[in-house]
Amino acid sequence: MRRHSPAALPRRLVETLAGQIVGHIPKADLDERDPDYIRENLPLLWLVSSLYFRGEVRGLGNIPEDGPVLLVGNHSGGNVTPDTMVFTLAFSTYFGVERPFFQLAHNLVLSAPGLGRLRKFGTVAASHENAERALSTGAALLVYPGGDREAHRPSWEGNHVNFARRKGWVRLAAAHDVPIVPVVAIGGQETALFLSRGEGLAKFLGLDRALRLKVLPISIAPPWGLNIGDFGGHLPLPAKITIEALPPVHLREEFGPEPDVDEVYDHVTGLMQDTLDGLAAERRFWVIG
Amino acid sequence: MRLETTVDIAAPPEAVWAFVSDPARVLHFMSGVTRWEVVSDQPTGCGARYRTLMRVGSAEVGSLIEVVEFAENSELAWTSLTGIDQRARWRLRARGLDGEHPHTHVAFRLSYGVAGAGVSGWIAERLSAPQVRQNLRRSLTQLKRQVEQEQLRSDAAGRREQKRTRASFSNL
Repeated sequence: MRRHSPAALPRRLVETLAGQIVGHIPKADLDERDPDYIRENLPLLWLVSSLYFRGEVRGLGNIPEDGPVLLVGNHSGGNVTPDTMVFTLAFSTYFGVERPFFQLAHNLVLSAPGLGRLRKFGTVAASHENAERALSTGAALLVYPGGDREAHRPSWEGNHVNFARRKGWVRLAAAHDVPIVPVVAIGGQETALFLSRGEGLAKFLGLDRALRLKVLPISIAPPWGLNIGDFGGHLPLPAKITIEALPPVHLREEFGPEPDVDEVYDHVTGLMQDTLDGLAAERRFWVIG
Repeated sequence: MRLETTVDIAAPPEAVWAFVSDPARVLHFMSGVTRWEVVSDQPTGCGARYRTLMRVGSAEVGSLIEVVEFAENSELAWTSLTGIDQRARWRLRARGLDGEHPHTHVAFRLSYGVAGAGVSGWIAERLSAPQVRQNLRRSLTQLKRQVEQEQLRSDAAGRREQKRTRASFSNL
């Protein structure tokens, strides 16, 4: 009689589910960004950002007035990332909705029910091709190199920038010769009690291969209580979100004609960690800010 | 949302006009305004364009605006081209010129909103109104203080000049 490993059945289930989900992932199309739609939704974003998250965005003047720019942010808040919303509002009101602005997001986010409208805000699936296309068209592009690994870090690591040594963004900026503007956010990891990334569990179930998911996070969040996976999102706690855009880093000017990827990575993440430490020092209470 | 704030300034309309029509001075008295940048070839007058931002709640909200009415010492109005919809107007009216205390009655009107935003737009306009209104009141208070100080300096300089003229005549 043939013996199955204990993980075989859950893995088969995951692969079947993954097949269904992957089939629903929309093809990224930069043309789906709709400035009128964004503009008409600015008041709603403003209400949520101002009243619920007491958002505060500093340093937008550091972002070049026009032309392509790579905005590199630290990612927080699990699958519900309030800092992205607060920053999108601030960017759109500061530079106007007419300035092309795209955000890279995990495939699962774009295929989640009800979140398809994010594409109208300029959110496209995270891929090298989409990033290249966005920068080639002269747009501002927001990337979160830490991705799901950083967004689901435990709450007690909330004030750490963790890009997991992912350096594709450095090569991207160097290839297109665009400035990098580090965008540092705090507060997102206080919108729930994040307990574990569940990396072992994700590996055990084969989520990495099936869905490019390296984590199966475990958190305590309303309205679910114990929340495993965060696939259905959660109601974020009203944590104060503070975001700071730092002065642009011009790779060729600061690191020579052939920038060393590791050197740039260490420099930018160091700057971001220092800023995050400063923002953390300003906070007095969890959630309240 | 339509807001209006008024103030009486102890100075002639020309003195007030020098402030409200000069884009370089706007940031000195407009409260909450973080940007007032000339983006057209002509800095003032009909057709002049400015990029403006005001901090309201969690965002700096603004528009690219164009001056549509520019009647010296009297009316200055603009409307938005992009960004948040807005129309605004400075109205200056001379008062009490025949009496002992000539002054200028200054009114500033601002209408703003986002067309097509629906219920959320309606709510956001009303919830943002107290902060915008407070910014406008502070702006007019600061305008009054700056214009009146400038007027005092100007009057004092005029008196000194008169004294010098009289002294030079008596020395003849």
